Amino acid sequence: MATSSASPVLSGLLPELEVVRKDFPILERMLAGGRPLVYLDSANTSQKPQVVIDAMVDHLERHNANIARAMHQLGAESTVAFEDARDKVAAFIGAPERDEVIFTKNASEALNLAAHTLAWPGDRQVGPGDEVVITEMEHHSNIVPWQLLTQRTGATLRWFGITDDGQLDLSTIDDLVNERTKVVALTWVSNMLGTINPIAEITRRAHQVGALVVVDASQAAPQLPIDLTAMPAEERPDLIAFTGHKVVGPTGIGVLWGSRAVLDQLPPFLGGGEMIETVRMEGSTYAPIPHKFEAGTPPIVEAIGLGAAVEYLGHLGMDAVHAHEQAITAYALEGLATVPGLTILGPTDAAQRGGAIAFEVDGVHPHDIAQVLDSRGVAVRAGHHCAKPAHARFGVQSSTRMSSYLYTTPAEIDALVEGLEYTRSYFKLG
Amino acid sequence: MTAQDLDALYQEIILDHYKNPHGKGLREDFEAEVHHVNPTCGDEVTLRVHLDAAGVVPVVADVSYDALGCSISQASASVLYDLVVGKSVDEALAIHEEFLTLMQGKGSVEPDEDVLEDGIAFAGVAKFPARVKCALLSWMAWKDATAQAGGDR
Repeated sequence: MATSSASPVLSGLLPELEVVRKDFPILERMLAGGRPLVYLDSANTSQKPQVVIDAMVDHLERHNANIARAMHQLGAESTVAFEDARDKVAAFIGAPERDEVIFTKNASEALNLAAHTLAWPGDRQVGPGDEVVITEMEHHSNIVPWQLLTQRTGATLRWFGITDDGQLDLSTIDDLVNERTKVVALTWVSNMLGTINPIAEITRRAHQVGALVVVDASQAAPQLPIDLTAMPAEERPDLIAFTGHKVVGPTGIGVLWGSRAVLDQLPPFLGGGEMIETVRMEGSTYAPIPHKFEAGTPPIVEAIGLGAAVEYLGHLGMDAVHAHEQAITAYALEGLATVPGLTILGPTDAAQRGGAIAFEVDGVHPHDIAQVLDSRGVAVRAGHHCAKPAHARFGVQSSTRMSSYLYTTPAEIDALVEGLEYTRSYFKLG
Repeated sequence: MTAQDLDALYQEIILDHYKNPHGKGLREDFEAEVHHVNPTCGDEVTLRVHLDAAGVVPVVADVSYDALGCSISQASASVLYDLVVGKSVDEALAIHEEFLTLMQGKGSVEPDEDVLEDGIAFAGVAKFPARVKCALLSWMAWKDATAQAGGDR
């Protein structure tokens, strides 16, 4: 079914795609009924290349020790490996400084770190009368922390709406982002609509009024080249969150990048070991960034796995990964359009969107679609994708979502389209 | 999962109920209304229970509902309607118990057609942990509404 021999040749695909696919052992997996795996759920979590698996196993087998506190050879090796991972992540996003990279548990924790510390006394404290602006297309993890922040502080939560074609409605930006705005938090790439948002334009406006910009880059980091240093300061967000497991890294590790100026202004998040400078019973002083925000033993091997993952992406080249995503996305949009009764939610121009494509099929519920596709080895996601407000905006309760990645072949898209046709016939939709 | 498993899940009876659900729609006579959601997938049901307490034992006079969800959740609401309306509350609760046992049996429970009628078609669903909640959504809503209507005393 999904073999390269059947693949149409598309321009923009990763060179030597079949060789790249061999880096991912799980893609060889056969499923029940002898079906090859067609994995189209990468926006949910990406698969892992052997180099990531090996880096983690090697660390556990040969170098395991706690970091920054073990006075022995393994402790030193482990610390170096962990801090090397920070360097690799910093290089991956073009961070102006490597110490601006904070390791967290996941993107949710990174966003919560921001939303929690902004509620506490400090230069950036949000209070009554202040406004926090988000968007209707956020993942729940970039909605709920800001609801909690505004409820706890007496601030007001406002949001950008979505236009009929799935873009942010920026017509009200000058009203929405005003002198009362303390924070603008938004996603770079929507996990449901696939929309790529104009981060530079929104950041420029937010900075004009002195607001902090927090960007959820969970879907952007896997597919867009990011070079923070190259961004003009007025267009560069202040904080960026993403998770390791969507960039071919392991679960349990996320990243918060923040400009040093802002991170220095925020109070500590979790208290504990490693985040302190000195502790007395009367009070403590805190370590400089990044350790100020890394209380306790961090997910060491996960960070090392993430380092190997972003290094792998760097070797492929994020420009090439992005071009591949665009080529596959365009091919998928074309294929999906041939399925009768199928409606795509979000922009239909591949150049303006990411690789997650949510859709509806008249007469079949997303659960049933996903179940029938699964019987053919095609893995997609069905439900609200943790974006209920974005679904509600389009009057939809749930949707089916396919999401490709750097290892996705055109033949896999063909398998999806055939699977959808089969689904329609299975449910007797003519 | 294979094509065979798929057919075990989507029995013809289930697809029939899905296409032509029995008793669907919210009706005016009711003592309790509940709204249940499946937070994982967002499926939801609004369900009303109307009990007739005029006789010696209270009877389920009507179950009316409006539901958004997959074929499994829609069909199970339709089967629920067929099985409990017209029964005494006690009988209906016993059927509920029987259906619950079937759904939580991981495929090892042999359903009793005399009790569950079309509900036996859901035996295949019990083998799919991710779908058991779909099948139980309206049943749990009905039990909740019946309790609120005072039907469980």
